[in-house]
Amino acid sequence: MTIAALFALLPLIVIAGASVLVMLAIALRRDARLAFWLTLIGMILALAVLPLSLRLAPMQVTDLLLVDAYAVFFIGLIVSAAALVALLCQGYFRQQQREEIYVLLLTATLGGMLLVSSNHFALFFLGLEILSVSLFPMIAFRVGNKASLEAGIKYLMLSGVSSALLLFGMALIYAASGVLSFPRLAQVAVGIAGDPLAQVGVILMLAGLGFKLSLVPFHLWTADVYQGAPAPVTAFIATVSKTAVFALLVRFWITGGAYRGEVLADILGCIGAVSVLAGNVLALLQTNLKRMLAYSSIAHMGYVLIAFVAGSTLQTELLAESVGFYLLAYLLTNLGALGVISVLSGDEQEYENLDAYEGLFWREPWLAVILTVNLLSLAGIPLTIGFIGKFYVFAASIHASLWPLVACVVVGSGIGLYYYLHVVVVMLGRVLSTPKALPAQSLTKPALALLALLLVGAGVFPGALIQVLQVVAKALA
Amino acid sequence: MILFWLIAVPLLGGGVAWWVERVFGKGSRAVALTALVVEALLVLSLRPDASMQDAWMAQLAWNWIPRFGIGFHLGLDGLSFLLISLTVLLGFMAVGCSWTEIDEQRGLFHFNLLWTLAGVIGVFLALDLFLFFFFWEVMLIPMYFLISLWGHENRAYAAMKFFIFTQVGGLLMLIAILALVFLHRQSSGVLSFDYLQLLGNQLNPEAARWIMLGFFIAFVVKLPSVPFHTWLPDAHTQAPTGGSVLLAGVLLKTGAYGLVRFVLPLFPQAAREFAPVAMALGAISILYAAKLAFAQSDFKRLIAYTSVSHMGFVLVGVFALNTWALQGAVMTMLAHGISAAALFMLAGALQQRLHTRELGAMGGFWTQAPRMGAIGLLFSVAALGMPGLGNFVGEFLVLLGGFRTSVPMTVLAAFGLTLAPIYALQVVQRVFHGPPVENVPADFGLRELGLMLVLVAATLWMGLYPQALLRLSGATISDFTQTLAAQGSPP
Repeated sequence: MTIAALFALLPLIVIAGASVLVMLAIALRRDARLAFWLTLIGMILALAVLPLSLRLAPMQVTDLLLVDAYAVFFIGLIVSAAALVALLCQGYFRQQQREEIYVLLLTATLGGMLLVSSNHFALFFLGLEILSVSLFPMIAFRVGNKASLEAGIKYLMLSGVSSALLLFGMALIYAASGVLSFPRLAQVAVGIAGDPLAQVGVILMLAGLGFKLSLVPFHLWTADVYQGAPAPVTAFIATVSKTAVFALLVRFWITGGAYRGEVLADILGCIGAVSVLAGNVLALLQTNLKRMLAYSSIAHMGYVLIAFVAGSTLQTELLAESVGFYLLAYLLTNLGALGVISVLSGDEQEYENLDAYEGLFWREPWLAVILTVNLLSLAGIPLTIGFIGKFYVFAASIHASLWPLVACVVVGSGIGLYYYLHVVVVMLGRVLSTPKALPAQSLTKPALALLALLLVGAGVFPGALIQVLQVVAKALA
Repeated sequence: MILFWLIAVPLLGGGVAWWVERVFGKGSRAVALTALVVEALLVLSLRPDASMQDAWMAQLAWNWIPRFGIGFHLGLDGLSFLLISLTVLLGFMAVGCSWTEIDEQRGLFHFNLLWTLAGVIGVFLALDLFLFFFFWEVMLIPMYFLISLWGHENRAYAAMKFFIFTQVGGLLMLIAILALVFLHRQSSGVLSFDYLQLLGNQLNPEAARWIMLGFFIAFVVKLPSVPFHTWLPDAHTQAPTGGSVLLAGVLLKTGAYGLVRFVLPLFPQAAREFAPVAMALGAISILYAAKLAFAQSDFKRLIAYTSVSHMGFVLVGVFALNTWALQGAVMTMLAHGISAAALFMLAGALQQRLHTRELGAMGGFWTQAPRMGAIGLLFSVAALGMPGLGNFVGEFLVLLGGFRTSVPMTVLAAFGLTLAPIYALQVVQRVFHGPPVENVPADFGLRELGLMLVLVAATLWMGLYPQALLRLSGATISDFTQTLAAQGSPP
């Protein structure tokens, strides 16, 4: 390990250091404000040293880690999202100001960062476990709340099962190939493609990842966990955790040479199609906004998977570009939507039923406009980044001539429109109930407004972002 | 640059109108009117010159998303000029007829109204298929809000139905666009969404047929034609008057415009093969919607069905694939825009006064409201195709051209001219004649009368001297028919 390698790892080191520092600070003095600011400063510092890593990229650090443009891009995304979640946490936890949430947030972020830069099964598993284990207490953080505890336990159990599947899959692949690092796996991929051990291994791995990504039929935990977790934590699960896992899947797929398996692509295509349809239909039936967003995120993961399958039949660069763009759009949009829910909620009372949003436009016009922009982006309406994401999905799947999948996306989008717009209509309804006074959240609202502006800006002028993603995609190919 | 401002002015005007109303609590109507006046001046400043050789009067091309070969490419020819003029004129009508009707959230209303107009104008100008799709959606969302916020009793259902129909149609079009672009790249090596580049595409007939179908369905849903028309009666009935005026007057025309601008020139061969089916759909629309119109007891619903019937003529005209019929289709688009807008304004005025749209609750209004009666009669006979008024010219040309392509379909379509008087005169009979009901509305005021007189003048002009308009669209139409003749004939 050289000094340069340490510099390349600086963002990870900063976040790890910050988590230790916050923990020590809590031990010395229980002060939520201090913990929050330390966390935020740590994250901003990590973002500030990212350009340094980018300059050193691509840098292979030991056998485990690869810091390339791809990793740097996703690390930037994850840390920015985590910083916003920290802001949301600060506004959300009013009754019980407990500092531990920030430590957990930092370690979970670290897990996500490790995932997107891992180049080896060992680090893959390590990152995933750091992320998941930090998430269990975060989900159950409202200890007085039954739903929150239930969600925490549920996530614990299912996450444990999926980790076991994943580990077993890795073991089988190792048994067949004798290697654990992705690039070396690619070298032997052709040789072991017909090996039943490796095939079962890959399928088990995909099942494990399917749990984390909440793809049908591994989606059963999603709605309950989304609903039970505190709103900022929901935002974190929906965005950071899923994006990191998907980013890893793409790297494994391309670097590990798995994209050559055609049967595998068919299986994934089916999972994607079913996720799109089931997610959208189930979202249609919800009256709880958090549950609705849970099911809609299942559908969105289906869209990405379709882009993923389409990309892997074409060329790997388009795969990383289209999936990367969709993940970016997905992360920003869900962060905004769940962020608004979180700003409206507090740990004593969640603002999750659709009825509560009746007439929001007349009570909280700015938050309502921000939520509307986010919902339109989720629905894939032009002028928002979500449309460009959906455009990528269409472009990739049409280019690959996957007509049944295209049809699924059309049907799914049609259904999606209905329930997203329904929320907007509810917000526009006129019910003059007494408005609940919101405590001032000085930083959160401007941050969310900025996010909404970014959504619209990137939807109207996507050129620059597309260029960034092309560079990122090239790093992987 | 003028083309850019044509789109930017209503967008900006909408924003300002909303802001002004929020800050001062009034003034959004004045802002909306000002924006429309500026827009009208811009349109007039383009001063069409019918003697020009090049069909394009103005073009504008900027880079937008070079990764996919997408450009911000706008172009104006005679056809778009006519339709944009209609859009601006009806924009004035929509603001004028909502003057007293809308009293809640007036700023937001005018914001949505102007953004719809901007989207429609963008659709008429876009020469990049991605940009076209973009505007196609931009006009949809504010219209959705117009219906769902200021509509009548069943507005949420109607707005949702409208949105989902057009959106799913739009997605089919997006797929068709992408398929066209990727196939074009395979054959030429250039990834481009530009209309002028895609014009000379060398698709194989099988692919062209499917792609054309994608475009066709999207446009026919919007038009609408049987069997995709079911959203329209609901949307029209529930929309506020200003929304109905725009919907019937302009939004339906975007479907017809798409057929003329994209389906025919991009897929001449496939369009020719498909023409009999399309003409049959048009003829069925004419007759079926006319019959349904006759059976309605809701005034706005009745007018909505007559719109379907008239748009059937447009479909027949477009797919007759010759100059006369195409010119007729364009004339029908313009004339129907005027007459349908006027009838919806009448229905809106009646509803504002009587709080009902039921024809059963009306009758004998002529004595108390002679201005309303006279204008209602005029536009009813315009709708039934009385010579001397706009609709007659369009329908006559459509039938004339259609006869040369398909005699049976044209004969069928011509029966529409016998059915139209039945429903049109029945409206006059039930609303204005007969024994007066108890609740008789006040007559048109000066504002309403003024608006109506503008529309009367427009329809008279179209009926008596259509040549000025025909000349404007002539260059474009003859370009299309030349393409059709060159490429569309069977090999």
